[in-house]
Amino acid sequence: MLNGKTAIVTGGVRGIGRAIALELARQGADVAVFYAGNQAAAEQTVAQLLETGVKAKAWQCDVSDFEASKRCVEEVAKELGPVQILINNAGITRDGLMLTMSEEDYDRVLDVNLKGAFHMMKHCYSQMMRKRWGRVVNITSVVGLMGNAGQANYAAAKAGLVGLTKSMARELAGRGVTCNAVAPGYIDTDMTGQLPEKAKEALMAQIPAKRIGRPEDVARAVAFLVSDEAGYITGEVLRVDGGLAM
Amino acid sequence: MEVLEKVIKVLAEYKEVDASTITADTTFEELELDSLDTVDLVMELENEFGITIEMEDQKLSTVGDIAALVEKSLA
Repeated sequence: MLNGKTAIVTGGVRGIGRAIALELARQGADVAVFYAGNQAAAEQTVAQLLETGVKAKAWQCDVSDFEASKRCVEEVAKELGPVQILINNAGITRDGLMLTMSEEDYDRVLDVNLKGAFHMMKHCYSQMMRKRWGRVVNITSVVGLMGNAGQANYAAAKAGLVGLTKSMARELAGRGVTCNAVAPGYIDTDMTGQLPEKAKEALMAQIPAKRIGRPEDVARAVAFLVSDEAGYITGEVLRVDGGLAM
Repeated sequence: MEVLEKVIKVLAEYKEVDASTITADTTFEELELDSLDTVDLVMELENEFGITIEMEDQKLSTVGDIAALVEKSLA
């Protein structure tokens, strides 16, 4: 159980992030959810989190902003206690073929999905090290392992997360801090809901499990990796994809 | 040199060695401390002195360097 531990989930008020936040709260962790702009979703998620009996609060935070993310992490530590669990889930897409992808679309996706995770890991680093117990789970994607036409920026950022994950895992393995990645496949969220029907059908045909994943499928994998039982697992990339990328 | 003495005391406890064997000129390499140990040590010093030390862009190689950093943070 995670009682008495504070967790941050970025992109934590919708989709996979919300499912993770709720699962961690059910395990007893106090939860801070970071969100980019959807205030209504933030309020709704916090209300759901509070129902589990833990402390919970939402912070509006652009994780790609170094100073803003630093300030928010400090506030979380002050209000909920030192951060010992960090789930980097915040992510955006700006899809398009490389030929038509603008520099701005490329940079923005890298800034949020990859640099944002670095900022959060850096700001939480010493808190975990001091406690000699920490868990970081970066939500990457099977796209980061396989590549994807039309998602050069997203795939690059997600592949980058794997290197970032393994580096932190190596730096802090001796200090009781583990750092792992979870790579979801095709999961039913707002983000994948935007895909054209044809693309969805093509994706489904590639999934050996013959079904779309649920946010809860990912959340349970994350809950395992942050548990005490998973203390000897670090630097791992765990696919939750119904066999899609094996 | 109260700061240096305290730094040496914390360091001696961390490495479990006699404080008299450590001077301002002793290097972390001599003490067999890696970069992560240095970060650990800085955190202990933060607690000891009740200060926040900025670690970015710092080149720390001797005990004296770290004492100077603490003094700068106290100022």
